[in-house]
Amino acid sequence: MFSKERFVQYLFFVCALMTVVILGGIFIMLLYKTLKFFELVGLGEFFLERIWKPSAYSKPTYGVLAMLVSTLMVTVGAMVIAIPVGIGAAAYLSEVASPHVREWLKPLVELLAGVPSVAIGFLGIVLVGPFLAKVFHLSSGINALNGSILLAIMALPTIISVSEDAFSSVPLSYREASCALGATKWQTIVWVTLPAALPGILVAVMLGIGRAVGETMTVLMATGNAKAMPHSFFDSVATMTAVIASEIGEVDYGSEHYYGLFAVGCLLFLISLLVNLLADYFNSKMRRYA
Amino acid sequence: MKNLEEVIGLYTLRLCAFLVVLAIFVILYDILVQGMPAISWEFLTSYPREGMTKGGIWPAVVGTVYVTLITAICSIPLGVGAAIYLSEYAREGWTTRVIRSSIRNLAGVPSIVYGLFGVALFVEGLRFGTSVLSAGLTLGLLTLPWIIATAEEALKSVPQTYREASYALGATKWQTIRSQVLPSAFPGILTGTILGISRAAGETAPILFTGAAFYLPHLPSSPFDQFMALPYHLFNLSTQHHDIEGVRHLAYGTAMVLIGLVLAMNLVAILIRYRLRKQKRN
Repeated sequence: MFSKERFVQYLFFVCALMTVVILGGIFIMLLYKTLKFFELVGLGEFFLERIWKPSAYSKPTYGVLAMLVSTLMVTVGAMVIAIPVGIGAAAYLSEVASPHVREWLKPLVELLAGVPSVAIGFLGIVLVGPFLAKVFHLSSGINALNGSILLAIMALPTIISVSEDAFSSVPLSYREASCALGATKWQTIVWVTLPAALPGILVAVMLGIGRAVGETMTVLMATGNAKAMPHSFFDSVATMTAVIASEIGEVDYGSEHYYGLFAVGCLLFLISLLVNLLADYFNSKMRRYA
Repeated sequence: MKNLEEVIGLYTLRLCAFLVVLAIFVILYDILVQGMPAISWEFLTSYPREGMTKGGIWPAVVGTVYVTLITAICSIPLGVGAAIYLSEYAREGWTTRVIRSSIRNLAGVPSIVYGLFGVALFVEGLRFGTSVLSAGLTLGLLTLPWIIATAEEALKSVPQTYREASYALGATKWQTIRSQVLPSAFPGILTGTILGISRAAGETAPILFTGAAFYLPHLPSSPFDQFMALPYHLFNLSTQHHDIEGVRHLAYGTAMVLIGLVLAMNLVAILIRYRLRKQKRN
């Protein structure tokens, strides 16, 4: 007999199973369209050709290198800013701030996480761009550096909240032992709490990287969208996400160009999967305190 | 020497926290000061006029509310259902590990990839076309992992004694979940849900090619119509418009309404959680 209890249980199980179906669906869809692309355009061209020029009149080229480098560059720039600032702010929140300050700061950081990416991109155009142009005497501040600054701001809430959790999960006895040996607060943070929280902090860094790599609107709006191999942070760049977002509206269904954009998306998906798996790995190292 | 290191070290940490606060205030201050003058009753309730150089954002507001509703309808039941399974039924094992790992990975999938999936599945595969429905469903998928994670946390925080007391009175598992676990987890689930939906309302990349339109002279009349959305409208005003400098004040106004909408939802969620924590402490 198929009882009501059983039915409800299966219903919820199906809900949970849907997540696997969706993830699998996304991957299979991307893979299918990517394979179609490689039937039309060689694997070699995709990875060895530098420039993405699908609308070139004589011979279109579909090289992913320039945008891959752009994505990595903007992400590295963002992490150079966001990792130290984020970990520092998390250490402050967990180890230094009074409970009162913490109670105010944490919701504020959450509010930052809630600001839509398109609004951050807008501020990149009207605020950060002109500021960079002035400071570095450039004709335009719409470049990779601008994108890095904005992505750093967007990755900060993730890095802060996950690292703060990591700091707070270190048992109090570690700190007490350190203090009992005569270490100061700062020494305790640097030599005891930070190393103990390190796996969790690496999770935070990975999630921050994932956020930066996959972010679309801010880089689309604030980095200038020039499809060339970047040479410096003052160059205008087009990341993988920005290329997909700016071109998919104009392609013909089923064309080389159409499948090409899914191939870029597939590569992006694989990068984010790798970053997530690394986060998972560090997370499994963190559990010993729980 | 030791003392100096101590002082510099702790002040560096303070500086980091200060930089974060500064970023938040610069963002909010600039949008507020520049956006406020553009806001008026007319701006909120009229259509864009004269090639979007004048007028308001009414269709974009309606479109965003519309698409967000569809997102909520499709992601909340599925997400809460999955969370109930994971929290109440799942036994540790192979299947559960795969499900959990999928959820974590879904949370990390870039929003533009959800957009591509939306195009392939809803727009082309199921032939919903570029529409409110396609965009809402795409955003629903994007929000799902977030809702599951927060709902599961809320369910897990319900004390085990509640369940045991209910079983002791002879209630079945489903009766226990329905009449004990869900009601006491409700505020927590609500918080997570509002936060998730507010993110969806601010997203742009997934709706770029699944249904958002540059300009429409009418409101969507069915789920299969295209729609205007606040985030996409802001994107257009600040990068795609023919007179970007000339419509800057409109862009600021749109940014302010968008941020106001999203942050108001966030604030409500944070307040609910704050009251919840206070209750638990007492």
